Amino acid sequence: MNRPSLRLRLAAQGFDATTLLVLPGLAVMVALFVYPFVYGIVDSLMPREGVWYSNYTRFFTDRFQFATIGATLWLALPVTIVNMALALPIAFRVRLMSRQRLLTTILVLPITLGTVFVADGLLTFLGPQGWFNRALILVGLLDAPVKLTNNYWGVFASLLITGFPFAFLLTLSYVTGIDPAIEQAAATLGAGPRQRFFRVYLPLLVPGLAVTFCLAFVQAFAVFPSAVLLGAPAGPTRVISIAAYQAAFEQYDHSMGSAIAIIMGLVELVVVVAVLALRSLFYRGPAGGTKG
Amino acid sequence: MIRDQGLASKLWRFAVWALAGLFVLNLIGVMAAVVMNSFARRWLGTWLPAGWTTRWYFDAWSEFQLSSVVLVTFQVVFAVVLISGMIGVVTAYALARRDFPGKRAVILLFLLPLLIPPLTYGIPLATVLYQVGLGGSFWGVVLINLVPSLPFVILVMIPFIEQIDPRIEAAARVFGAGTGSLFLRILLPLLLPGMLAALLLVLVRTIAMFELTFLIAGPTSQTLVVALYYAVFASGVRASQSIDAMAVVYMVTTLFWLVLALQFVSPTQIVARAKQQQAS
Repeated sequence: MNRPSLRLRLAAQGFDATTLLVLPGLAVMVALFVYPFVYGIVDSLMPREGVWYSNYTRFFTDRFQFATIGATLWLALPVTIVNMALALPIAFRVRLMSRQRLLTTILVLPITLGTVFVADGLLTFLGPQGWFNRALILVGLLDAPVKLTNNYWGVFASLLITGFPFAFLLTLSYVTGIDPAIEQAAATLGAGPRQRFFRVYLPLLVPGLAVTFCLAFVQAFAVFPSAVLLGAPAGPTRVISIAAYQAAFEQYDHSMGSAIAIIMGLVELVVVVAVLALRSLFYRGPAGGTKG
Repeated sequence: MIRDQGLASKLWRFAVWALAGLFVLNLIGVMAAVVMNSFARRWLGTWLPAGWTTRWYFDAWSEFQLSSVVLVTFQVVFAVVLISGMIGVVTAYALARRDFPGKRAVILLFLLPLLIPPLTYGIPLATVLYQVGLGGSFWGVVLINLVPSLPFVILVMIPFIEQIDPRIEAAARVFGAGTGSLFLRILLPLLLPGMLAALLLVLVRTIAMFELTFLIAGPTSQTLVVALYYAVFASGVRASQSIDAMAVVYMVTTLFWLVLALQFVSPTQIVARAKQQQAS
């Protein structure tokens, strides 16, 4: 019996010279992502003092540290929900527009400007003498300027401005991915606009919206520069990334810093997995009308 | 398309447009406030500044050593674009053309950095980089920025490569093209639009990437966005107009590349996978 050569057997499995091209990219990711991650986990289990898990017990028993989880979620969840609630109806209107390019371009701006620029701009714009307060006083909605910077609302506004375009663009690409013939069929059968939205579009959109929610949430959850610049970094907007940064680079306790960074990743993953699990309760199937 | 003409629909439409308009108005306000302040002689408690001047730009240029910061920014960004482009396209090619056991795990590995907050992997990675002596150095900044940009290139390029018919490559092989000329004369020209789009997006993202650069940058390896952060963080030390002048320099830099990128990419591609078929 003549067995095919090792080379042929591997090729039948999908391993040949072309497959090996994946190696450089894989090597980079292992060196820069997997290894540091494992290192971080091990490092977090080797605290400066105490037993192996004492970094984690320190974090969860110290109210000042533990409260950062709540502070982060209290910022990230409402912002993500508001962003999605705004993005969905606007995406539905924009889908009907023939010239989407200008509007979408304007909306992309804040993503690329980044959180630092937006924070800097908002400090002037939302400040007590800024245009926002002045305009509201001029219109008569306010008697005296409200404090919008260096507190919760400053960070909220910054996350709204940088997060909304992101949520909007994702939602728009999901909405335009649904075949309009499905809506027309529903309209032919006599469904009104509300029925078409809730009974046709929404079920088809749920998987896409779940993904959008997760990605928008990941962004908001990672909030760091704007929480320092626009918020009250010692008080209500002391988010978990500030705690991780302070531990690692201000107190030079990299073990504790890694521990907080990993707690941060875990909390985020819990929310993401929960949302994706909820999604699977809904309809799964094709939303486009094209074949294949 | 179906357009409803009832009163409720009209009201709803108006409300949605009003909301979108308000958002854009505030966005323009934020940007205009920065630009105006950077040219303001004095701006205290009025709608518009008391007078105009360009001296803050000269101040910022000398005070913040902006010229060297801008230079470093471009060196970092182009290094990241070049490295992630070369490795990313090769990896994406293998992932698009072959099915092999463990492929899903590999793709998951490339997805993870985009799903996990930058600080979560940034802090351990920065610790490792400091230990091997790359902390504060130029290459430290480049390496840490590769973590999100390489997966980004790969994920944008995979669908692009998949849409190229493999029979074209087979035909080239039949006519005797070697691997080198196959790549240079067949694949590269076909992939160029996609690569340009992916790399420009990486460029824009890397200029705006704050968290990772911030963790590792030393005094001589700061990029614009980190320098801007320190300026705003220490506001009060410097005139706010001078900081805003720097912010305008930053904004002009990102806008230039964004406008260039938008010539090749549709905006939804910046966040979503390439889904061009329906749009055109």
